[in-house]
Amino acid sequence: MEIPTIVGAGLIVIGAGLGIGRIGGQAMEAIARQPEASGKIQTAMLIAAALIEGIGFAALFAA
Amino acid sequence: MRREFFEKILVIVLVLSPFFTWAQHELEGISTGTESQREDIKAFIDHHLLDSHYFTFTEDEETGTHYGIPLPVILWDNGLKVFSASKFHHGEEVAEVGGEYYTLYHNKIYKTDAEGTITYDEDHHPSNAKPLDFSITKNVVTMVLVSILMFLLFGGLAKSYTKNGGMPKGVGRFFEPLVVFIRDDIAIPNIGKNYKKYMSFLLTIFFFIWFLNLLGMTPLGVNVTGNIAITFALAMLTFLITTFTANKNYWGHIFWMPGVPKLMRIVLAPIEVLGMFIKPFSLMIRLYANMTAGHVVLMSIIGLMFLFKNWIGSSLSFGLAFALSILELLVAALQAYIFTMLSALYFGMANEEHHDEHH
Repeated sequence: MEIPTIVGAGLIVIGAGLGIGRIGGQAMEAIARQPEASGKIQTAMLIAAALIEGIGFAALFAA
Repeated sequence: MRREFFEKILVIVLVLSPFFTWAQHELEGISTGTESQREDIKAFIDHHLLDSHYFTFTEDEETGTHYGIPLPVILWDNGLKVFSASKFHHGEEVAEVGGEYYTLYHNKIYKTDAEGTITYDEDHHPSNAKPLDFSITKNVVTMVLVSILMFLLFGGLAKSYTKNGGMPKGVGRFFEPLVVFIRDDIAIPNIGKNYKKYMSFLLTIFFFIWFLNLLGMTPLGVNVTGNIAITFALAMLTFLITTFTANKNYWGHIFWMPGVPKLMRIVLAPIEVLGMFIKPFSLMIRLYANMTAGHVVLMSIIGLMFLFKNWIGSSLSFGLAFALSILELLVAALQAYIFTMLSALYFGMANEEHHDEHH
């Protein structure tokens, strides 16, 4: 692996991590506000996280 | 406040620093594995990720004995050729079948001559001819076993329900909540009132992926869902079902998006057509990449033990591997859930009933 590839992979991980972290954080906040809706929030959170993850993996393969 | 915080950190660092220097000294004293060991571990991981013509449980490095079952090789190369993979002697020998010579190179079968020469192109890929390979490989065996297991398990459960008057019994008490969960939390909210015709597919794909993921965690060393051809086939099923059960609203949304200006509809159509293919593509990549990444990280961490060869490395490796195994158990279920969930979501898009003209 060359150095630019590693840097690219690192950048991807930073981006995906920030995105998923924000989703998780916001979902926690939403659950704290409305604990009775936690099931729905969790589902929506998992879908959004999975979509970001998909893009992240696609980029990792390109890198 | 802030000052106190920094003081605390400073004290902690000062207290811990002798330990760090001592640990560093300890690590420097012992070699962290030779280059060849690193290459060995890399080769082992690469080998594990690939499909194989043997079901090897373990092997003895010194004597070179493999403990496992050679699987049948089925080739189509000017006629059907069936022989046992034991003819290859784990890639060390050339198999001669019906006047043709075949050899194994990185678990792929190539046509060759009696000496087993392999020619390479400029990218160091073999340029030998490849016969069409329909072999029953390790992954195929695992999938067939899981299918039989699922057939017996769920067939038996269905029978036990009729016998017990609709009450779950034995292992059914474990599976009933999962089936109900898929129906009530995945199928109905995402698909709507047409959910019944998709239930069998959703249940099958959930348990199939989950069982295969869990098998990947056993010492059998199978890596089925981490194979892109298999995730491709699974995603293809979702794509075909979405495409062929779609109603006119689905196609309307793709080619002539309602509720947006005429010019935008023309711009949106190609994007939506592309989206049709990106959705199953992302399903394929997600499952493949998650399972492959899990296997690679777990095996690399276990490999640390052989590189460090001291108590720090081994205990670190053990602890990390233990924690990661628990995480992988979660990921195994989560990926099956996500795949089922997104499939249901796409089926729901294909089944939208009425137009909402307001957006």
